Amino acid sequence: MSSPKAQLEKLPRSMQVILLLGAIALAAFPLMPLTGVDFYLQMLSQMMILAIFAMSLDLLQGVTGLVSLGHAAYFGLAGYALAFLTPADTPISLWWALPVSALGAGLAALIIGFFVVRTHGIYFIMVTMAFAQMVFFLFFDNKALGGSDGLYVNFRPDASLFGWTGIDLDNKTTFYYFTLLLLVLVYAFLRRLLFSPFGRVLAGIRVNEHRMRAVGYGTFGYKLAAFTLAGALAGVAGFLWAAQTGYVNPELMGFHMSAHAIMMVILGGMGNFAGAIVGAFAFEYVMHFFKDLTKHWQLLMGSFIVLIVVFAPRGLLGLVAQFSRKRGAP
Amino acid sequence: MTTRRIVLTRSAAVIGAASTGLLLPELARAQSDKVRVGFMLPYTGTFAQLGVAIENGFRMALNEQGGKLGGREVEYFKVDDESNPAKGIENATRLVQRDKVDVLVGTVHSGVQMGIHKVARDTGVLNLIPNAGVHVATRAQCAPNVFRTSFTNSQPTLALGKAMVANGHKKAVWITWNYAAGDEAFEGFEQSYTAAGGTIMKKLGLPFPNVEFQALLTEIASLKPDAVACFFAGGGAAKFMSDYAAAGLNKTIQLYGSGFLTEGVLEAAGPAANGVLTTMHYGDSLNTPRDKQFRLEYAKAFRLQPDVYAVQGYDTGLLLIKGANAVKGDLNSKKALYAAMEGATIDSPRGKWTMSKAHNPIQDIYMRKVENKENKVIGIAQKAVADPATGCRMG
Amino acid sequence: MDFANFLIQLLNSLQYGLLLFMLAAGLTLIFGIMGVVNLAHGSFYMLGAYLAWFLVSQLDSLVLAIVLGTVIAVVLGWLLEWLLFRHFYRRDHLDQVLLTFGLIYIFEEVRSILWGDDVHSVQVPEMLNWSIPLTDNLSYPVYRLVMSGVCIALALGLYLLISRTRLGMKIRAGAFNREMTESLGINIRLIHGVVFALGVALAAIAGMIASPVSSVYPGMGSSVLIMCFVVVVIGGIGSVRGALVAALLVGLVDTFGKVLVPQIAGMAVYMLMAAVLLYKPEGLFKQ
Repeated sequence: MSSPKAQLEKLPRSMQVILLLGAIALAAFPLMPLTGVDFYLQMLSQMMILAIFAMSLDLLQGVTGLVSLGHAAYFGLAGYALAFLTPADTPISLWWALPVSALGAGLAALIIGFFVVRTHGIYFIMVTMAFAQMVFFLFFDNKALGGSDGLYVNFRPDASLFGWTGIDLDNKTTFYYFTLLLLVLVYAFLRRLLFSPFGRVLAGIRVNEHRMRAVGYGTFGYKLAAFTLAGALAGVAGFLWAAQTGYVNPELMGFHMSAHAIMMVILGGMGNFAGAIVGAFAFEYVMHFFKDLTKHWQLLMGSFIVLIVVFAPRGLLGLVAQFSRKRGAP
Repeated sequence: MTTRRIVLTRSAAVIGAASTGLLLPELARAQSDKVRVGFMLPYTGTFAQLGVAIENGFRMALNEQGGKLGGREVEYFKVDDESNPAKGIENATRLVQRDKVDVLVGTVHSGVQMGIHKVARDTGVLNLIPNAGVHVATRAQCAPNVFRTSFTNSQPTLALGKAMVANGHKKAVWITWNYAAGDEAFEGFEQSYTAAGGTIMKKLGLPFPNVEFQALLTEIASLKPDAVACFFAGGGAAKFMSDYAAAGLNKTIQLYGSGFLTEGVLEAAGPAANGVLTTMHYGDSLNTPRDKQFRLEYAKAFRLQPDVYAVQGYDTGLLLIKGANAVKGDLNSKKALYAAMEGATIDSPRGKWTMSKAHNPIQDIYMRKVENKENKVIGIAQKAVADPATGCRMG
Repeated sequence: MDFANFLIQLLNSLQYGLLLFMLAAGLTLIFGIMGVVNLAHGSFYMLGAYLAWFLVSQLDSLVLAIVLGTVIAVVLGWLLEWLLFRHFYRRDHLDQVLLTFGLIYIFEEVRSILWGDDVHSVQVPEMLNWSIPLTDNLSYPVYRLVMSGVCIALALGLYLLISRTRLGMKIRAGAFNREMTESLGINIRLIHGVVFALGVALAAIAGMIASPVSSVYPGMGSSVLIMCFVVVVIGGIGSVRGALVAALLVGLVDTFGKVLVPQIAGMAVYMLMAAVLLYKPEGLFKQ
């Protein structure tokens, strides 16, 4: 992003093929006869949840051009919502817990967005960070909200509907497919949004906000809407995270979580949502790789990040696009 | 092709090749004859020293037995928990599901412990807690496969109240950070101090990890209590003692604390810490024959002085040895294993202690006084202190 | 709270505010003049504190350590600007965020490799190691007064530098319009290097002079970074005057918040920031 303006939005054929193959691989994975598959199911589920989180940030950052250092606040809030909604002795119904948590996160984004969206540039970045820290401290300092030790989510949400118990989220494989389904749905939704009139306005705001205003668009409203929607989608991811791990902690809303999300989006390539998915998987993979390698993994991770910024500013998909363009494709 | 492209493609190829082994699922692991011990400890960050000390202590205990558990060789696995609670479950799951450890030793930070505890309860893996003092692990959420060899956050302060009143300090102010460990330490203090007849004038708190104490020190001075009781640890503890002395409060108001106030920070705090009284289940200057022997061996093996964390790690090893020996290395005979550990008396450098029904140590708490950058043990504040284990339904 | 107490708390907030100002000044300068977001600013504070501890253990004098440490910080700042930051002035804020976040990781690890993860402290110099009695049981450490004095002196120095010297004039011109300044023959690259080194030095000096009254420990950078950001946001990016006012405000809110309303003390400063943003989205002062 030497300029965030020119961006990869329509994916070239080669990339679409790769993505499709990836989706098929993900769908087929649980069916493979491997031992220890339980652990990898959980790991992949987690990566998919982070991919949803990254996509929500991509809407804000890649499409609308708003760099938020506090996006994890909404991710964490939805997780906490599930923790509060789940009673001590029975599970809560998925069908109303998920919308409520996501909407709650969206509401928080709306309120905070109201303060934050009126700022620009560097201000916006710092102010989003500061508000996220405020939310972090709200939970960290108050025992009633779980305090620094966090809260358990006593039961996974119950997906039964009017007596039909077809989906049992306690089953790891079922949960995996449920997460995969949500990943695909969110991706499809966001892709449609990208090319809808609303999405076009957001892209226009990213490219040149003054011009959009001059043409007559109320940019504050659009930006606030994007902020809120991104918050709600982050909430979907946060809900899934809490449902999967069964434990929420203020760190989920913290600065590091937000920063990781930004890195995932940039690593993959911004503005097309496919990059966010690729970036989430790649980032987690690289981090695990370095952690397994050495105690001083932070040095490697930091250097890796610096190298990406310097050499691959358009992210991995940007690189792929460059290669395929040179070859005369698509 | 441009140079940049060559560099990038080649690095990608190298990384790809090198890492294929790493994250791919393993094809069936042969049933090894070794016991798998997994360490989930902080190896980086503020608590890195504690993680290292715990592992050192544990290994030392095993090496005294020839490095075997119940006659079987041991294989170690490690994960750096970075003291990050958000990754607690993920890291613990890695040890339990991927590395298939028989025992999970961890951890230091209470938030991370919450994650480990969930995994332990869900999977039934044997979890030995070498430090984290979070209450629920041996209270409402106690479990037959979870044992703690350290303390609960309120144990040190449970012994503080009576000692303070005995010294004539009947009106005190309490100060700590507003987080779980501080709240739990206060619980012990409140219980013991009010039971002994003391009055808590005010309970002060500041956000964690804020170390700007001046405002609250001024407040303490205006309240004029007999004593101040506190819970701080690490860098903040050193600063608190320095600020307390610099404000002149140490001349008129005695400072007491849970032992962590003076653990590992006396070098940093310097003369400001002189005269501070703390309670804890260990003291570097215990000077019992058992402790002296431990300290000598540890210093020889690691060229470092041991601390309470090394002792806790050591005791974790001792506990596991007791259990493994009782079942002759067959860690799958869980009932016998747990029974052996429950009934164990650990001959620890801190003194002999036994396991409570909730799987937490019942131990003596010592009174220590800081003199010249050393915690001198001046007596036993209270014998056989047990955590109330409220809400635990075992035993 | 009686009047004497109130005055003492006022003194406390002043002292804390001044230290925050030192840090925020560097940050706001770098933001305002080069437009660079620098998340690694807290790391410079930490490096300063560790440098002070290390140098004092070698040289046995805090003053010498601070002088030498400042030189090291200036050189380090210059190098960083030349090697890395220079190429990022025209890049997106996002790239800068990412770059500096990577730097945080690197600095943390380098510090861990060089100096370990222990908690340390730095002794207050003998001459200043006494306290002035304020009430019958409370004294105020003289070192803190000296520290505040140094902060004030530096603030004055900064003000004079920026508004009364040729260098300051060039800096202000460069911030206002880079191309124009360059075309007038002023070596803008040099200016930027100087400003960046100055910003890093200010953060490091803050770490060094604060080290006797804070502890030197891993993670001290991140705790201070957020506060810094809040101060800069409230004060207005690029405005050193704004940073001073904002830092003092934050000092007041933090100090009195802890004593009067401890339940929300953690959030109080952010609420202040929210309130300011409602009326002045660009902070209290313009550049």
